[in-house]
Amino acid sequence: MLAMNYRGPYRVRAEQKPDPVIEHPGDAIVRVTRACICGSDLHLYHGLVPDTRVGHTFGHEFIGVVEEVGSGVQNLKVGQKVLVPFNLFCGSCFFCDRELFGNCHNTNPQATAVGGIYGYSHTAGGYDGGQAEFVRVPMADVGPMVIPDDIHDDDAVLLTDAVPTGYQAAEMGDIKEGDTVVVFGAGPVGIFAAKSAWLMGAGRVIVVDHVEYRLEFVKRYAQCEVVNFKEVRDMAEHIKKMTDWMGADVCIDAVGCEAAGNAMQTFTGVYTMMQAGAATVLHWAINSVRKGGNISIVGVYGPTFNAVPIGNALNKGLTLRMNQASVRRHLPRLIEHIREGRLNPKEIITHRVPLEEVSDAYHIFSSKLDNCIKTVLIPPSANQVKAVSASALN
Amino acid sequence: MESRNDVTEHQHHGHDHEHDHGHVQQHPGQGHIAPRRPSRAELQHIQGWGADLDRKNRPAVPMERTPPRFIHQPDGDPVQQREKVEILVSTERPGITPLFGTGQPPSGLSGMIRRLAFKSSENDVRHWLLLLLADRVNVVEGVAEDLARGHIPNILGEMGIKAEMKHNPQGLAKKALVTGAVLGAAWYLLSRRDRDDDDLHHRYHRERHYRR
Repeated sequence: MLAMNYRGPYRVRAEQKPDPVIEHPGDAIVRVTRACICGSDLHLYHGLVPDTRVGHTFGHEFIGVVEEVGSGVQNLKVGQKVLVPFNLFCGSCFFCDRELFGNCHNTNPQATAVGGIYGYSHTAGGYDGGQAEFVRVPMADVGPMVIPDDIHDDDAVLLTDAVPTGYQAAEMGDIKEGDTVVVFGAGPVGIFAAKSAWLMGAGRVIVVDHVEYRLEFVKRYAQCEVVNFKEVRDMAEHIKKMTDWMGADVCIDAVGCEAAGNAMQTFTGVYTMMQAGAATVLHWAINSVRKGGNISIVGVYGPTFNAVPIGNALNKGLTLRMNQASVRRHLPRLIEHIREGRLNPKEIITHRVPLEEVSDAYHIFSSKLDNCIKTVLIPPSANQVKAVSASALN
Repeated sequence: MESRNDVTEHQHHGHDHEHDHGHVQQHPGQGHIAPRRPSRAELQHIQGWGADLDRKNRPAVPMERTPPRFIHQPDGDPVQQREKVEILVSTERPGITPLFGTGQPPSGLSGMIRRLAFKSSENDVRHWLLLLLADRVNVVEGVAEDLARGHIPNILGEMGIKAEMKHNPQGLAKKALVTGAVLGAAWYLLSRRDRDDDDLHHRYHRERHYRR
């Protein structure tokens, strides 16, 4: 099969590799019809995530059609079109039993701090991802969701990560009516965090970034205010001025370890890797939020350590909440929002690229060329398969 | 609402110039700080505003819920997957998890470094630094593997040069110019050093010759 193949920092290519096989009775093999490149894939692409091995196939945002199931699979059927949450989870461990599906303890032997994630290095379990024609999907009865007939494939693929992660970011901010919410990052997750903040009753939503076309997009798409941090003297001071000197009620980090905006953080976190990524946004969030405010973190950082002003967080009495999104628990509500027209995820897709051109697709997304916001990869065999209607097989 | 970066300066009250003693800076009083909150009527134009204002509508409130909703919950842990390739396991758990990925098992020098890394815990920073080192070694191994099977890797192609040429030709020209200038300067400095070394060498031999 054709698959994306990591060769080293900033180097990927499409290449033939063996088809995945059933390795466990609970497995399914899914023929991928769409796979996105996620902002967090760029941390792998840039060589920042430890234990990213040459030959690894990335891709944790994908949908497809069930091609084969293992002997233990009872609910999922061949031919069904499924969306596969980015986190692999067993459904039965201590954490899954509490709906913390993003923290499963049974799917990642290499690390205890993170559950299994498709195509996200051996630090996240060593599973090849969905930027390929086929992918192995463990615990097929538990993780994947059959895509309802009235949900568009482009919406479905964004429900695997970007939309639920943005939504959970807002939810973890514990937004109350009228709250001022600052979202750092105008990438896909930041865009959906801004949309979700309104759903939860925010009074003001302010999105901060430095990429002008993304700010223009989010301003229109999420009906929010925007700040280009390159145009302000100091971020915390600016947010305080904008909020009658109080600070925001909630700050959301939707950027993670490759944040721009502070030369020292970038030097120590990205160029020399003396810390686990640039903690610029964490710094801004802690200093921009009001006393007693909430900080929600969904931006991804490395596993070592980061320089953050934790003393200020203590003195201000902040609540910090963070997690990988527990995708599966959000899906029913998010599908309702799509049906009601409150969310229209597919509008953020700017690029549809054949899998064969994966090198260019990564470069465009990484370098923010051609006004790119979200890229979807289409494998060559995606159109050769006809899925069975969800209602026909239920 | 304010838009973009047009922040109006806060109106200060109680500015008193009567006690200005020259070099002592007089600050205005900050006044009562209470941010204004927009009313529901002002927010009605926002698509979907307040649909999940009620916490009952938020699917992850409370954070932990048991038994879990939305999934077919299996009875007990999954059966153990068979190990057919070498899997490295964190020291912070008692054994291997029931499920794991099997791609790219450790091999070569990078594999040796990874095995060493997995002797220390996730809590130990050496674990991660060794893995990063192994990743870099693995990149060199990848190029060597390509060459060994007769494939010359198109490194610029893998880095997306086609997209760069199409969407950022000026940037590409600038990068090429800067790279050329740096390489040129390095070449010039090295060749000048070689020349200086040669001159020194000749002068030394000439002087020795005359001394005789």
